[in-house]
Amino acid sequence: MKLVRIKAIAKKESIQIIRDPYSLAMAFLMPVMLLFIFGYAITLDVDNLPTVIYDRDKSSMSRDLVAQFRESHYFTIVAYADDQADIDKYIDAGKARVAISIPEDFSKNVATGSDAPIQVAVDGSDSNTATIALGYIAAISDQYSRRVGKSLAVPAIDPRVRIWYNPELKSRNFIVPGLIAVIMAIIAALLSSLTISREWERGTMEQLISTPVKPPELIIGKLSAYFVIGFIDVLMAALIGIYLFDVPLKGSPLLLMMFSSLFLFGGLGLGVFISASAKSQLLASQVSLITSYLPALLLSGFMFSIPNMPAPLQLITHIVPARYFVTMLKSVYLKGGTLKLLIFETAALAIYGVITFALANKRFRKRIE
Amino acid sequence: MPDAGVITITGLTKSFGDNIAVDDLHLEVRRGELFGLVGPDGAGKTTIMRLLAAIMSPDSGEAWIAGSSILHEGERIKEKIGYMSQRFGLYEDLTVMENIIFYADLYEVSKKERPARIERLLGFSNLTPFKGRLAGKLSGGMKQKLGLACALIHTPEVLFLDEPTNGVDPVSRRDFWRILYDLLKEQVTIFVSTAYLDEAERCTRIGLIHKGRLITTDTPAKVRKSIPLSMVEIWAPDARKAAEAAKGMAGVKDVSVYGNRFHVALAEVGLTDRIIEQLKEKGIAVIDHRQVLPSLEDVFIHIVRSSEL
Repeated sequence: MKLVRIKAIAKKESIQIIRDPYSLAMAFLMPVMLLFIFGYAITLDVDNLPTVIYDRDKSSMSRDLVAQFRESHYFTIVAYADDQADIDKYIDAGKARVAISIPEDFSKNVATGSDAPIQVAVDGSDSNTATIALGYIAAISDQYSRRVGKSLAVPAIDPRVRIWYNPELKSRNFIVPGLIAVIMAIIAALLSSLTISREWERGTMEQLISTPVKPPELIIGKLSAYFVIGFIDVLMAALIGIYLFDVPLKGSPLLLMMFSSLFLFGGLGLGVFISASAKSQLLASQVSLITSYLPALLLSGFMFSIPNMPAPLQLITHIVPARYFVTMLKSVYLKGGTLKLLIFETAALAIYGVITFALANKRFRKRIE
Repeated sequence: MPDAGVITITGLTKSFGDNIAVDDLHLEVRRGELFGLVGPDGAGKTTIMRLLAAIMSPDSGEAWIAGSSILHEGERIKEKIGYMSQRFGLYEDLTVMENIIFYADLYEVSKKERPARIERLLGFSNLTPFKGRLAGKLSGGMKQKLGLACALIHTPEVLFLDEPTNGVDPVSRRDFWRILYDLLKEQVTIFVSTAYLDEAERCTRIGLIHKGRLITTDTPAKVRKSIPLSMVEIWAPDARKAAEAAKGMAGVKDVSVYGNRFHVALAEVGLTDRIIEQLKEKGIAVIDHRQVLPSLEDVFIHIVRSSEL
């Protein structure tokens, strides 16, 4: 292998990317857009649930209870209902997701220390949100009971929970690191999947294969150009995460870049392999999206927890490189993970990279078929 | 390797499905020749070019280029040849200079030799003023000259040019051929394919190819004489109608119309007067006629037609 040829290919590829506004946009604008779209849109936190209150007691005690709900940022009171039918109206129209009605004898019951039931209706059409909302409601009423009802029996177990790694339980703190994996997967596969098929389509490949250039020289040259882009993208994504989304980076930035490079290597290798196999750009980009983006989104543990998946799917996740990268990212970001802790994932990504590179190398032929 | 065969082809065959693109090709090209592979579109010229440049594998047969086998030493061949594909194969989004340097790097042209060589190539191709222009913004003729410059950057022993002047204006075509003649002086062997018969006339030797088969190989002059044809050129006010009438006459082997005149290929020399007489008898006006040497085009059309019979 000759360095001069690798450098020539890398230089040529870089010039082409820089001169093509479309490629440039795909390389640098798309990742930022994806980060914004996903960063703002995907939030698994439930807050500001529109809530309607039907207070039949109208006492200072019931108002106090309502205030508890209002002051938690989980509920936003959108209306006060005058009768039961009113509540149905709000829920049916989708104007409220939660309805709380307080019976007439609420304050009396609280005062006498007997059971003081309140009725809660939750819109179950989004079961995830409904479950979380019920948890919040239980917690708030429990707190309230303890505050006002000194006579209430103190529960036998009083858990004092401390949440590690993500103490505020902000979903953004684990979504943004996971997003870096998804974005890298898309960028790596999309950018590189076009590189060889484009040369076949434009007719430049025929000229290129008539020279003594060797397949690994061509592939390494092309990979290194896209590697630089991917590296810049990781850097941008990390900075946007830290400064715009306030996602703290607990671990070493150096380690983050190292892991990202490793993941990029495999992703780009896959892209080049696809590109060498499919001789049209359209087919190559379709295949690369299906084989990289979808698994990274669905099977990496980024959006859906892997232990909750059915067993066959769980098995499949082992060959999804993004799975290892998501684990690494979450660990480095939230736990301050070290190389020693993540050695298994590091090895998995390294093996994946070597395999895709070898495949790409084997698949690319200097012959017209 | 003796000078005798810079290119030696034995039994080269390649088919795509049922279509035999190259059929048992045997050929020998000597050093310093300008060999023209002549044939209509779809005759198999591009496939032959690709096989010889070792960028396509044959079904059977073998060829040696400058002593290396296309079957086993493809990559060695690539160091010794320059190849220009039929379709423009350079990067349109790179400048003239960037393309040349890219290929200089791929062929590992030393930094010491590079400046002089690039300057010379730009000079003879008249591309010096366009060094900084994007290749995509060049005219067709200039693109071809840039392609030639890139294929010559490593001073190859053999140059393969696949229809280099296809779609290029006549002035640029002549320019291009002037460059090829200059190259011949440097003992470069040039193997060029073309569908233009005027270009074939400029080759030192030609091979007529039709439907994947090499029909004849010789100098253009000898190819012309190889067919026992007596050719007469007849001017007529309505050449098409006259040619149509001449077609059925005894001794007429072939007729081709060129505007207001037409060529009649005759089986024997002495038949001319009889043909003219017969035309007049049919009431067809004839302005003038003369004996001509059959052009390559006449020969080629004759060969193609008779092979189709």
